[in-house]
Amino acid sequence: MSRGGGHVSALRSFLKKIAQFVIVLATTLLGLVAVTFFIGRVVPIDPVIAIVGDRAPAHVYARVRQELGLDLPLIQQFWIYLKKAVSGDFGNSVLTTNPVLTDIVNVFPATLELATLGTIIGTLIGIPLGVLAAVKRGTLIDQCVRVLGLIGYSIPIFWLGLMALLLFYAKLGWVEGPGRLDVTYSYMYTPVTGIVLIDTLMQGQMDAFWNAVSHVTLPACLLGYFSLAYISRMTRSFMLNELAQEYVIAARVKGLSEIRVIWRHALRNAAVPLITVIALSYAHLLEGSVLTETIFAWPGLGQYITNSLQNADMNAVLGGTLVIGAAFVVLNLMSDLLYRLLDPRTRS
Amino acid sequence: MRHYVCQFKTSDGLDSDLLICIHTQAQSAFERCKGMAHMKHLPKFILSAAMVGAMATSFSAVQAATPPDTLVQAWQSDDIISLDPAEVFEFSASEIAGNTYERLISYDIKDVSKISGQVAESWTVSPDGKTYTFKLRPNKKFASGSPITAEDVVYSLQRAVILDKSPAFILGQFGLTKDNVKDKIKQTGPLEVTLEVDKPYAPTLVLYCLGNSVASIVEKKVLVQNEKDGDYGYNWLKTHYAGSGPYIMREWKANEVLVLERNPNYDQKTPLARVIYRHIKETASQRLLLEKGDVDVARNLNPEELAAVAKNPDVKLQSGPKGTVYYLGLNQKNPNLAKPEVRLALKYLVDYSAIADTIMKNKGDVHQNFLPKGFLGAETTNPYKLDVAKAKELLAKAGLKDGFSVTMDTRSTAEITGIAQAMQATFAQAGVKLEILPMDSKQALTKYRARQHDIYIGNWGSDYQDPNSNADTFAANDNNADDAKAKPLAWRNAWDPGALTAKTRAAVMERDGAKRAQMYKELQKSVLDDGPFVVFLQQTEVAAVRKNVDNFVLGPSFSDNDVSQAKKN
Repeated sequence: MSRGGGHVSALRSFLKKIAQFVIVLATTLLGLVAVTFFIGRVVPIDPVIAIVGDRAPAHVYARVRQELGLDLPLIQQFWIYLKKAVSGDFGNSVLTTNPVLTDIVNVFPATLELATLGTIIGTLIGIPLGVLAAVKRGTLIDQCVRVLGLIGYSIPIFWLGLMALLLFYAKLGWVEGPGRLDVTYSYMYTPVTGIVLIDTLMQGQMDAFWNAVSHVTLPACLLGYFSLAYISRMTRSFMLNELAQEYVIAARVKGLSEIRVIWRHALRNAAVPLITVIALSYAHLLEGSVLTETIFAWPGLGQYITNSLQNADMNAVLGGTLVIGAAFVVLNLMSDLLYRLLDPRTRS
Repeated sequence: MRHYVCQFKTSDGLDSDLLICIHTQAQSAFERCKGMAHMKHLPKFILSAAMVGAMATSFSAVQAATPPDTLVQAWQSDDIISLDPAEVFEFSASEIAGNTYERLISYDIKDVSKISGQVAESWTVSPDGKTYTFKLRPNKKFASGSPITAEDVVYSLQRAVILDKSPAFILGQFGLTKDNVKDKIKQTGPLEVTLEVDKPYAPTLVLYCLGNSVASIVEKKVLVQNEKDGDYGYNWLKTHYAGSGPYIMREWKANEVLVLERNPNYDQKTPLARVIYRHIKETASQRLLLEKGDVDVARNLNPEELAAVAKNPDVKLQSGPKGTVYYLGLNQKNPNLAKPEVRLALKYLVDYSAIADTIMKNKGDVHQNFLPKGFLGAETTNPYKLDVAKAKELLAKAGLKDGFSVTMDTRSTAEITGIAQAMQATFAQAGVKLEILPMDSKQALTKYRARQHDIYIGNWGSDYQDPNSNADTFAANDNNADDAKAKPLAWRNAWDPGALTAKTRAAVMERDGAKRAQMYKELQKSVLDDGPFVVFLQQTEVAAVRKNVDNFVLGPSFSDNDVSQAKKN
């Protein structure tokens, strides 16, 4: 009886969590859409010109304006947009003529590919570096890590990207240049997931796969470096905090090996806030690093939204903003769940 | 670009706000994150300066190569919004239409006065000048293999008028409307088509307009198959192809790539099997790809980059003058700019040759008349040069001895900003305080079309190869009221050109070529002397091309940029 009751209450709390999540997601997205929508309507750019161009005669201009619904009151325009959006119709992009959803399905995987690799690189190198710096606090190693981080913070990615291209692509020829694949390989595989690395691998096109790897290496390392700079700094400060705690002294007094103290005990506790840091950094990269995408001719979300903004292509901007908003909320939820796994105190 | 990054912050901030609520302990992390975002956007000039410095060193010999039967171009193609020739109007899409479709009429790109038939074999004009009869070439085929018939031609022209997209006025100006076009454009034989216009226009005007991409011949059968709700296949053709040109448009992925493939049914088979246009927005990246051999042509390099690649033994520069003029529009609603002496003074306050030789080096020549070189009647004398004393004298005469303050809406591109700054310096020499208002191009255009600027720095490309295209906008304004329907450049600058409007209208009716040319010369002179336009430059388009590429042609208009005979050695 009591066990059954436990199940029911567990289920109930689980459902409650889901409901909470859905409400958070819905209100966030609604707020985002509303703000973006109204900002989009007050920017001093005429969206009709983006479609008909500068030379169109007056009657063509008027017709398109009407087609876009721009002659209706703002509130009504918003309501129409919402109604359509709920049914999955985010309108068509002016610039690409495709439905916005199709466009996003096309551009998001490119950004996802780059952001994920960047975050993996940043995490795998950033955390050990941060730990090392904390443990060897004040030594040369610490200084080096901090300088490395500082450089990552302060050098504009635009400049670093071009320099990296100049050195590793143009001079040394170690990697391929801008773009996701060489022209020769572009038609050797069928896009399925939109992530070139996965598609070429699944279809056994190994030449194309290695070419894609060579193309992605530089931008991924670049983004990786920036997230590394951030993650290593945060790891260092979290670790310093943990290493000063009494339980660390207790562990050392118990005679545990230093490695065990640092990696099993201190890092494990530092990992909780670190998850937030990594999630934030990942979400930041998912927004699409506009500059990196521009330099590396990477057809991702960042370029898409920027280009749309420049042309007052509001459907595309709204669609893109929603995706980013959703990514933030989902990453939040995931870091919440990971918290629960790592920190028993949050489970109650 | 930086402008938009600021707008990004809005969404960035919002998303992050949510996170702060949930993870207050991550607050400092968020601040850092924001700081990072700020730091990434260093002024571009510092970066480009650093680039130029770093690139001064030569490239290594490690060379990649594009496939021998494929021409790969790096270009900024984010202006393409449609590939339906009835809608194509922007630069990049015009070029694609030019290489993939044919029209009734064509002209020699070395001498545009030489008009010839493309799909048409010959044509006649009725004595009253209102009926044009075209005989089509037999044995012409679409890429699909079907023959081009009179039915296709009639369908194509009617379709462009009925769809009524932005460029439709190029045909519509001859009195063709949705309602009458089926009577005005008719098939009169298996290979014969007649077109009836409402007035006896100068025949060259009509023919040039029929050579425009809006008058491209499309395959009726294919479009009927893909028609939905009576749209004449428009929604399909925006991203597909139904033509007969040297190349087939195989694939277009917006902001990524556009692929042309040899049309096996074209009379003169193209030497290349494929042309690939890669969208590379960043010009420094275009340059790296070109020098490395990963692209054969870089289309959008800036003057410094052009100068640098010209030193590369594997690269050559190729250029073609374009029918685009750069000008300042002086809004006549501004009481100072409305004074004739002030308009004239400003014409003496531009350092024309300095702009052409430095900021626009390789990319333009001094040009002060509204008709570009190469057009019928184009005037090539450039009487104005920087003359501060003369300008001061004129300003004093206008009662503005101490100068005045004025703003200029300036699109935030390196080129336009550079020109604006040069003008700011020379204007200041006569006491004219020019304030540059940097803004995005679409924003500047919105303001310009609402006549809310003081000075607008712009460029105007001709819509078709006839002088009327420019005269109609620079020298004519039928209604100068705020609610006027037509918004020619004269209207946008609130200028009533008086008798010039009637003269412009008369010029399109003049059927004697020499007399017509003379009329345009007079119109140009009037605008040059007194108009609210300071025309200062005619654009030259330059491409950096690898040495092994031959017959890559940049023509006078964007639809004349021709890769049909391009080949690689």
